[in-house]
Amino acid sequence: MQRTRGTYALILTLTVGLLAFSFITSAGDLGSFGTTLLSGLFLGALYFLVASGLSIIFGLMDILNFAQGAYFMVGAYVTYSLFHLEAFQGIDVNLRFPLGVVVGTIIGGVLGVVLERGLLRPLYARPIFQLVLTFGVAIVFGEGLKAIWGTEGYSWSTVTSFGIHQSQFEIFGRQFGAYRLFVVAVGVVLIVLIGLLLQRTRIGIIIRAGVEDSEMVEALGINVRAVFTMVFTLGCAVAAFGGAIAAPFLGANLGMGNAFLLPGIAVVVLGGLGSYMGTAVGSFMVGLAVAVVARFASEFLNQTVWASITPMLLLILILLLRPSGLFGKESR
Amino acid sequence: MADAYNVLEVRGIHTFIGQFHILEGVTVVVPRGSITVLLGRNGAGKTTTLKSIMGLTPPSQGSITLEGQSLVGRRAFTIAQMGVGYVPEHRAIFRDLTVRENLVIAQRKGDDLERRADFIFELFPDLKRFYSLPGGNLSGGQQQMLAVARALVPENRLLLIDEPSEGLAPVIIEHLIEAIRKLAAQTTVLLVEQNFRVASILADRYVIIDDGRSVVSGQMQDLIHDEALVQRYLGVA
Repeated sequence: MQRTRGTYALILTLTVGLLAFSFITSAGDLGSFGTTLLSGLFLGALYFLVASGLSIIFGLMDILNFAQGAYFMVGAYVTYSLFHLEAFQGIDVNLRFPLGVVVGTIIGGVLGVVLERGLLRPLYARPIFQLVLTFGVAIVFGEGLKAIWGTEGYSWSTVTSFGIHQSQFEIFGRQFGAYRLFVVAVGVVLIVLIGLLLQRTRIGIIIRAGVEDSEMVEALGINVRAVFTMVFTLGCAVAAFGGAIAAPFLGANLGMGNAFLLPGIAVVVLGGLGSYMGTAVGSFMVGLAVAVVARFASEFLNQTVWASITPMLLLILILLLRPSGLFGKESR
Repeated sequence: MADAYNVLEVRGIHTFIGQFHILEGVTVVVPRGSITVLLGRNGAGKTTTLKSIMGLTPPSQGSITLEGQSLVGRRAFTIAQMGVGYVPEHRAIFRDLTVRENLVIAQRKGDDLERRADFIFELFPDLKRFYSLPGGNLSGGQQQMLAVARALVPENRLLLIDEPSEGLAPVIIEHLIEAIRKLAAQTTVLLVEQNFRVASILADRYVIIDDGRSVVSGQMQDLIHDEALVQRYLGVA
């Protein structure tokens, strides 16, 4: 109980510290402060979409899936293509984006099944081989995307479904893109939905039990391998969904996989391996930290590298204070 | 040829864990409705025998049949679905799950817990009181009761219980003895027990395992009066 209180105190201290730092360095400009805050929440939602799959897969299966960022890219490329390719222009513009998200998510899920059943399953007794394999799969996916779409990145056109991409709203005299708010809302909805799945359903109970002791779950009459496949598919589909949702804002490019994988890994570790709560909280903490540092570094230091290393710096800081992460088990 | 009188027949199994040859010929026969106990010193192979039956450390030789159906080559979840309940040593409850969730996860049909709740809570009333608490918050004795209760949720033909009295206070052990006696009226039990007093109170039959081999078996009453045998294999005066 005392440890939990200490964890919440640490989260509160770091969050308030980041917000205060952002406010002070904005010289009281609420518009600038608000932009940073919204950027942090936006990044946090996207980090969650990559990290939630990583976290659940690692918690249950002890596999660190280095291909998770590649699934994020697949979602983005598929959604981009379905929206922009000539062949799909006959489809109503308000349907093309949701359709792209659905197809991108399904393709991510199918590729997840292929990876788990075809490649990872024979290697369950060899964790190091699995690690290397997922790393290799990430490279193969990247090369595959390069072969299909080329090396140039794609920016989303100005045409969007329901006009949401161009919509703006104003707070403190600054214009904010409504799409960022939409992504934050989607992230929050998914946090709640996955949380409900884990807490309120039988499959959620099985997953949480499997995180503790998958052999015992099997001994109770549950086909753990089938659960592994389901969880791996879900994790990959959520990452592809993240890429699909991010595409109108970030476009589609070959760097986006790693750009979200590394913060995703930092989130999973600093949140506490296998802890869903830790992943949800950690995503927004890392998102906020990156946004605050990015703005400060670009305004005052005239360089952006600090934003890239912020997730790892935050990870180091939290592990120094909490060696098993925010919500991790001491013994893990 | 399987005997219809026996629920479980384990014949001459050999089991390796990695490169170590742990079981080198274990034979155990468990008659229907009995409590059979596996006895032996630490490291003799008792727990591995239970795990081999359960499919968690599959044997490389020998046969295991449950009411005539072979268990060899089947995965643990299939063996459990065939009606084998398993209570491992060190309890292995899910500490982050509530008592209710620990019981719900053991259901094989949607209404298993509902049908068996009265029987389970009559055996272990504490579990009803702590229904919404995480398993990790229970005392050692309550966790052991939860581990046994979990195996009672579905109607099993055979219960494998590994060291139920390990690390428990005497008063809790008495409660567990009473509970295992009551549940044995409904199902067949194969027990591993280091505490010879507990084993002698509970069991009808025994099998002694020594250095990976089953060496003697018979009626528990006969063993209680054979001090030389007890001293030789169990080191109990």
